[in-house]
Amino acid sequence: MAHTDIKPLDIDGHKYGGPWLGSHISMKQVTEDVYAPITNKPSRIWLLLLALSMAAVALLGYILSIQLTKGIGILGLNHPVAWGVYITNFVFWVGIGHAGTLISAVLFLLRQKWRNSINRTAEAMTIFAVMCAGLFPLIHTGRIWVDYWLIPYPNDRLLWVNFRSPLLWDVFAVTTYFTISLLFWYQGLLPDFATLRDRVKNKIGRFFYRTLSFGWKGEAHHWDHYERSYLQFAWLATPLVLSVHSIVSFDFAVSQLPGWHATIFPPYFVAGAIFSGMAMVVTLLVILRRVMKLEEYITIRHMEMMNKVILFTSCLVGYSYFMEFFVAWYSDEPFEQFVFLNRLIGPYAWSVWIMLVCNVVIPQLFWFRKIRTSIPAMFAVSICVNIGMWFERFNIIVTSLHRDFLPANWDYYIPTFSDWAVTIGSFGLFFALFLLFIKFFPVISMSEIKMILTNPLGRKGGKNG
Amino acid sequence: MAKKKVVVGFIDHPDRFLEVGEKARKLGFKKLNAIMPFAVHGFEKALGIKKSWIPKAAKTMLVIGAGLGFLLQAWTSAADWPINVGGKPLVSWPAFIPIVFESGVLLAGITTFLALMHIGRFYPYKDPNVIRERLTDDQFALLIPLEENGGQDKITEFFKENDIDDTEIVEI
Repeated sequence: MAHTDIKPLDIDGHKYGGPWLGSHISMKQVTEDVYAPITNKPSRIWLLLLALSMAAVALLGYILSIQLTKGIGILGLNHPVAWGVYITNFVFWVGIGHAGTLISAVLFLLRQKWRNSINRTAEAMTIFAVMCAGLFPLIHTGRIWVDYWLIPYPNDRLLWVNFRSPLLWDVFAVTTYFTISLLFWYQGLLPDFATLRDRVKNKIGRFFYRTLSFGWKGEAHHWDHYERSYLQFAWLATPLVLSVHSIVSFDFAVSQLPGWHATIFPPYFVAGAIFSGMAMVVTLLVILRRVMKLEEYITIRHMEMMNKVILFTSCLVGYSYFMEFFVAWYSDEPFEQFVFLNRLIGPYAWSVWIMLVCNVVIPQLFWFRKIRTSIPAMFAVSICVNIGMWFERFNIIVTSLHRDFLPANWDYYIPTFSDWAVTIGSFGLFFALFLLFIKFFPVISMSEIKMILTNPLGRKGGKNG
Repeated sequence: MAKKKVVVGFIDHPDRFLEVGEKARKLGFKKLNAIMPFAVHGFEKALGIKKSWIPKAAKTMLVIGAGLGFLLQAWTSAADWPINVGGKPLVSWPAFIPIVFESGVLLAGITTFLALMHIGRFYPYKDPNVIRERLTDDQFALLIPLEENGGQDKITEFFKENDIDDTEIVEI
């Protein structure tokens, strides 16, 4: 059998692997490299991390079982702080999901070739993050066993849900977001599952990938429909991603509370979501590319692009912070002014300053190319951003609530062990799912990489279509 | 789908594959099909494949889904069980917009996926009927059906002329 490798194409006599890929990659090589981690024995570090994540998930289950029997009182919530760490986590995780959709859908519409190496991982993150996010409102309701009341269905209580409530908009937004992300992701996986199916040697693997690949074969007609529907999904997911975090921000903005009642919230939340999501993608990819030897696919240039997005959204977020304070001052509204002054110098000032330093000051380092392209530096910055964005949500929720209109209703909110345990548990759930994903699923979209590999300049017309 | 016999020509390079595909179409071979590990740029044009109807279906369902979303909200809030919420009118349409949008997108997205499944008759654990395993890795195949194109000799002749020796006859 003639085995002709498509090495970097000869373009005008230059060897050329495209601007986004290592120079010695061939189509076969792509398959080999993505296939390798799946067949290799799981490494010790992977097993260790999985064990740790699973332990955190067990902790989550344990605390939730206590909450089921004892009720929501095990949390640090009080009057007036009725929303605490649970809702902070909800907003945080939904935000993490947004970078995945940005990379998979928005960059696809913008014809950005650098998305191809990272979209699979980022989309997987979206799915898992939204799962973690969805958990929190469901357990925050208190009576977990009647959560299905959130769905409008004809019932013997003769009641419908309140469609004017932003919390119900959220139910629709998050379920739609999860469904669309999952289908979009799965469609992208089909051809890659087929590739794995045709290569895996052992019985279990064969069964597994044959089940998942739905009998995908790669017929031209199917590819045509596949490409069209992929584009269709991108068109749907782009406004969707903007709508989801806007609706999450409505949970706050539609209320009448100083500190929440602001028109800037939707764009500000969307920018913040992309900001924190990108940081999480960088955090994970720094480790992933190293451990799975994918440096040829997820190059420093890819990382740099993401860092540029982080820098840009950091500026947007910083501007929004500034604007919030400015408008509070400019409004000449004593309650509004009090809330924002209280944020800066009140009892929660420590967390507000963590947020400002981590989200606005530290990412400015990315103006320097040296730092943008240094792996340890970007890792450190991305961790800071993750922390900072968690505190941003914490601040918005807690500082606006803890000093109500009457000083008699002032209190200080201290999360309990249960609050923190469930938070850690949600991280455990996220990482456990992610670890399973990188072991058993193709972490790089092979079919898309091969596409840009064989057509590095994206030429239209001519013999390359 | 009745099985039919096709002659399969195996080609290693995507550019070459496009050239041969285009030639085949220009020579008047009908019902061309191909198997590719990824969507080579421009294959639809080369093989003369009809435009997919999926976007149309999705857009239609987007409108229907949004309409249903609105009707559900208006009917439950104003007709079935009218409730005064904060003095708002019974059909307070601005408050319905988010769910109208989400339900439209949801229905369109599900339609898109199901349409793709329907077109390929895909389902879990379907037998893919693999011709050759390299076709999901790094090789391309041009499929020319026997019946519509005047028999085997003519087709193998065509492949030979284009320096493709690696051919096979399969039922698909």
